[in-house]
Amino acid sequence: MTLSARARLLLRLATFGGLAVIYVPLLVVLVNSFNPSKTFGWPPSGFTTQWWSRAASNPGAREALLTSVEIALAATALALVLGSMAAFAVARYRWFGRETVSFLVVLPIALPGIVTGIALNSAFSAGGVALGFLTVVVGHATFCIVVVYNNVLARLRRTGTTLEEASADLGASTLQTFLHVTFPQLRGALLAGGLLAFALSFDEIVVTQFTISAGLQTLPIWIFANLFRPNQAPVVNVVAAALVVASVIPVYLANRLSEGNGGGRL
Amino acid sequence: MSQPAGATTPVVSLRGLRKEFPGVGGGARVVAVDGVDLDIAEGEFVTLLGPSGSGKTTVLRMIAGFETPSGGQVLLRGADVTRTAPFERDVNTVFQDYALFPHMTVLQNVEYGLRVKKVPRVQRRERALEALAGVRLEGMEKRAPGQLSGGQRQRVALARALVNRPSVLLLDEPLGALDLKLREQMQVELKQIQREVGITFVFVTHDQEEALTMSDRIVVFNRGRVDQVGSPAEIYEHPRTTFVAGFVGTSNLLHAKASEALLGEAGLFSVRPEKIRLLADGEDPVTGETVAPAVVEEVVYAGATTRIVARLDAGDSLVVQRQNQRTSSLDTEGLRGARVRLAWSREHASRLPDDDG
Ligand SMILES: Nc1ncnc2c1ncn2[C@@H]1O[C@H](COP(=O)(O)OP(=O)(O)OP(=O)(O)O)[C@@H](O)[C@H]1O
Ligand SMILES: [Mg+2]
Repeated sequence: MTLSARARLLLRLATFGGLAVIYVPLLVVLVNSFNPSKTFGWPPSGFTTQWWSRAASNPGAREALLTSVEIALAATALALVLGSMAAFAVARYRWFGRETVSFLVVLPIALPGIVTGIALNSAFSAGGVALGFLTVVVGHATFCIVVVYNNVLARLRRTGTTLEEASADLGASTLQTFLHVTFPQLRGALLAGGLLAFALSFDEIVVTQFTISAGLQTLPIWIFANLFRPNQAPVVNVVAAALVVASVIPVYLANRLSEGNGGGRL
Repeated sequence: MSQPAGATTPVVSLRGLRKEFPGVGGGARVVAVDGVDLDIAEGEFVTLLGPSGSGKTTVLRMIAGFETPSGGQVLLRGADVTRTAPFERDVNTVFQDYALFPHMTVLQNVEYGLRVKKVPRVQRRERALEALAGVRLEGMEKRAPGQLSGGQRQRVALARALVNRPSVLLLDEPLGALDLKLREQMQVELKQIQREVGITFVFVTHDQEEALTMSDRIVVFNRGRVDQVGSPAEIYEHPRTTFVAGFVGTSNLLHAKASEALLGEAGLFSVRPEKIRLLADGEDPVTGETVAPAVVEEVVYAGATTRIVARLDAGDSLVVQRQNQRTSSLDTEGLRGARVRLAWSREHASRLPDDDG
């Protein structure tokens, strides 16, 4: 397709504009975390790391960080097991309702978080399940499963069954085939899916709100709760900056991993 | 006929083997293999030959255990293995795309079968190196499969299968991905290796020339059924069906009208192109030769040979293949449109059943 010089210029401006809208605020957050002014006057009046040390010693933030990491790890682990099992069932076996199940597994990523949250909340209270750590893990797993499922499914579809047949042909039992052939083939996909799942869970807030108990706080919820307290503002800013870095790294790694993977993330 | 004289228990027996696949989207079921009976003796090189979709791969997959037959039995050395898992069968496969494990080195690939059978490390290394030497791949053991040429990959696949010393080696168009030169070289090597190791080979191809040059026996498949089983010479010289006559070599058919006039017997006959000669002017046929006057329609010069298409006065047209021993392209040019006499020995006209094809 050839574009006129004007169209090309417009397209370029639009691209830069779009990227700016997304990344300039993130940059401001990062810069402000080193800004000595409590009111974030612009331009920054100097450079300080005092907010970072204050944040690091803030018990609420530390507690919330720990909770977030634990929940993200648990949700990722659950997603890895269930997501890859579902991918196997869909890729390797024919059964009644396969397409439907495949659709149902992917659906939660498209559902608004608020719908998932309300649905889970009423399901838990109807079932008499007390909200807490585990209910958040289950809530996060609903969308974490999807990214693992998609990554593993794409990989399984691409590799086909020939290698597994070759392994069985050479005398390997089903378990040996899984350990020596299937799993090594899937390692990249599992890692990519796991990193994305972790990142998704780590900064989730909507579903979390509906599934968490009153005493527990994840990092995003802590930020939300402290956002409008004036003297917490610099610390909130630091935590937000840390959150940006913590989510960018796994997504970047996952992207690198799935490049040679052929499988899109979603 | 399908069992060579003096054979003990066949290594592989197929009894009324059948395979149906469910049709796509509720369509009609596909009968991929339709009642195949076959006995394969120890040390034989048997080729399954047939066009695309005739069921060769499906038969191979049922012998290996990847596909469960819809009917009939697979016996290995007399034992029924119809429902036995692939890893419990004393059979190894060389896949068409080789199916080498990409995350393992050449040596690890070859060792794999021994490793999963818990052969001690030292011993399995020794045997793997030996197998690699057997396929002339010394010094390649540390490479990844991705760093090998097509021909080398093919040999790794062969070594990986042979190292297990199976009773039977199944090969599904193992040379299909190679270029012509390498293919011809591998045909010779494969045959040599088979003679050295003495393992029964079941080889699948749709290339009739490959089948003729390599096999002890050829099994010709036609739409899931076996049309004919025999030595390359039997198959080529005495095809028993129109399909075999056409698929193996050039189809050169005389129909009822022409055969009645020329051979005195109405029926369907096949005559191979190289069995027919052109009589020189005034030359008399030898006794037992059939003579057919004809007009040359087409002359194709092909280096070593010239192919002449001639329309018989009695009807039908035949292809004549002539060695270019003395002639050159210049001599044959003037032949187009000329009146000639074709001659062939009576025994080279094979009768085919009238009703098939
Ligand atoms: N898994 C399957 N599901 C449905 N139909 C199949 C399946 N495998 C094979 N078939 C059909 O069975 C028939 C025989 O296939 P097969 O692969 O055995 O042929 P082939 O002789 O090996 O052909 P080729 O020379 O092209 O490899 C074909 O019509 C094919 O479409
Ligand atoms: Mg095939």
